[in-house]
Amino acid sequence: MKPILEVKSMTMDFGGLRAIDNVDLSIEKGQIVALIGPNGAGKTTFFNCITGIYTPTHGDIYISPNGSEDGKNERINGLKPNIVTRKGLARTFQNIRLFTSMTVLENVMIGCHAITKAGIMGAIFRGASTKSEEKLIVEKSYLILEKIGLSKYVDELAVNLPYGAQRRLEIARALATDPFLLLLDEPAAGMNPQETMELDELILKIRNSEGISILLIEHDMKLVMSLSEKIYVVDYGKKIAEGTPEEIRHNPVVIKAYLGEEVDA
Amino acid sequence: MTAKQELKKSIIASVWFMFLTFPIMVIKVNTVTHTIDWRWHNMALVGIGSFFLSMLWRYLLKKKEEGGKKEKKAGLSFIQRLLQEKQFALPGIVIISIITILFPHIFSMYQTNIMTSALIFVVLGLGLNIVIGLAGLLVLGYAAFFAVGAYSYALLNLHYGVGFWVALPIGGILAAFFGILLGYPVLRLRGDYLAIVTLGFGEIIRLVLENWNEFSFGPSGIKNIPKPGFLGIEMSMQTTTIYVFYIVVLLVVFTIFVINRLKNSRIGRAWTALKDDEIASQAMGIDKAKTKLRAFALGATWAGMAGVVFASKTTFINPASFTLWESVIILCTVVLGGMGSIAGVIAGALLLILLPEYMRDFGEFRMITFGAVLILMMIFRPGGMIEDVRKTYKFEK
Ligand SMILES: Nc1ncnc2c1ncn2[C@@H]1O[C@H](COP(=O)(O)OP(=O)(O)O)[C@@H](O)[C@H]1O
Ligand SMILES: [Mg+2]
Repeated sequence: MKPILEVKSMTMDFGGLRAIDNVDLSIEKGQIVALIGPNGAGKTTFFNCITGIYTPTHGDIYISPNGSEDGKNERINGLKPNIVTRKGLARTFQNIRLFTSMTVLENVMIGCHAITKAGIMGAIFRGASTKSEEKLIVEKSYLILEKIGLSKYVDELAVNLPYGAQRRLEIARALATDPFLLLLDEPAAGMNPQETMELDELILKIRNSEGISILLIEHDMKLVMSLSEKIYVVDYGKKIAEGTPEEIRHNPVVIKAYLGEEVDA
Repeated sequence: MTAKQELKKSIIASVWFMFLTFPIMVIKVNTVTHTIDWRWHNMALVGIGSFFLSMLWRYLLKKKEEGGKKEKKAGLSFIQRLLQEKQFALPGIVIISIITILFPHIFSMYQTNIMTSALIFVVLGLGLNIVIGLAGLLVLGYAAFFAVGAYSYALLNLHYGVGFWVALPIGGILAAFFGILLGYPVLRLRGDYLAIVTLGFGEIIRLVLENWNEFSFGPSGIKNIPKPGFLGIEMSMQTTTIYVFYIVVLLVVFTIFVINRLKNSRIGRAWTALKDDEIASQAMGIDKAKTKLRAFALGATWAGMAGVVFASKTTFINPASFTLWESVIILCTVVLGGMGSIAGVIAGALLLILLPEYMRDFGEFRMITFGAVLILMMIFRPGGMIEDVRKTYKFEK
């Protein structure tokens, strides 16, 4: 098996600041991988580099969507974010970025943008193909909301949702783009224990039923330890450890980086 | 706040206003006798007036703050609910159609002409609504596209004898071309920066038209632009006026139809997404450049077509019809009416064009009223007169 995402010695500089320093990472098909580290370690920047918001200063990012040995390897650094999304990498944002003036359903419908085609003429004449495409978008969005457990909010404006539901909506929206890899940036931030537990189940469900691989940035150690098969630890932009939850839990370097923070929860 | 504090605030406001208006309201120099008339009664009026107005002002502000939270959820206004009721849709359309068809026969030529102008601004407002209301791109030089359309028809007719009906789509397409021309370099800009650049663009177009005499005949403009023809039939002045009125009505209907379709389409949703959050939109697979350029092009198209109609209606154009003031008026119709809301923009355009027309007797006061109304709107109804309501989608399993 080839990794579906392979990052090779990636570096990202902001002027004199090296936010990511020569980091390698790889994800196998169907894996849940966590990226952890103290605040300011460069985790979000790592996501931004992969998804095309920034172009890394050095290094390579390869994807191989179906993970098979003969599948082709594609280098994606420097591609625009919308193109990266079309290639099958979807993400959520640490600071929630929903479309606030739109309804919950419309937020998910926007997620279908990448996989649909209707243009201006299609919109104006609304021919058979546009109509069926619209129907498909609505149907798909409804089903996703149902799966994520947001059905009761369909016609609400996204801003009016409770915080936990907004985080889930970000996931729903990302799923609508039909990704093979889902990048979650602190999905449990601000959630209460009950919501976090539901999130845990949801992430597992997404992986198990759709075979979507997941790269997770999270501070909630309980969630990270229970979900992930592999954990990468970064500090000051450098990878300081990599391994199974068991290995990470007992790694002295990691414990030192977190200095007093509870690692084995 | 206690009543005592309220009173104190209003008294301070009233004293302040009495002081401010003292030189103009109280002192009057009698130039004949070289004496000063002290009009103390005016001061009393200003004092009492500003006292009560300041009370009212704070009362309204307070009510707005209280209402603000509740309104978000259940606060569809009467008009919004009326527009949503399916059972009123058909009778509503029938009534409006009958009034529109009969309008030029009931009212005088003068009234019909004014209404035609107002409807041209409805088209302009709806066109700009694509750019500002749907895509959230604050464009300030919109009248430039209006000018492109008008001059397309005037010049094509002058040099090549192109008729109205052929010029109409050409004007739209040329304006769309200019829309892309402007849109391309400003793709990265947002908000006020975009507003300033587009304002500059509008002024450039106007200045070119004003100064390039060989091309556009400068400030003296172009005369004798033919009115729209109908199968080559000779028409009297009155018939032509009515005919132009109907053409504009058709253009309005066409515009409403197209914009309504666009709004609730994949493209329309992408525009609104970009307006809400550019980074998230791109992360959802929306091509920012392409989507924005489409908004610029489409918005400009309608200004271009409105320009062709305008040129044919007035039969004379010069750069003075396409100044920053026109751009501002069109912008105001969108903002005042309700960004993104089709009914709102129509209401806004009619109000903004018709009211000043009928308030001519008030002279300069209409400008003050205009400004005051805009400021009050921004404070008390920032969403516009008829706020946009998102479409909901049904899905049956
Ligand atoms: N656009 C940017 N310009 C300059 N510095 C940045 C930028 N984005 C992030 N950084 C810096 O990079 C470092 C890593 O930030 P970030 O990736 O957000 O950390 P984390 O997500 O791990 O908390 C921080 O020092 C931050 O200030
Ligand atoms: Mg972060």
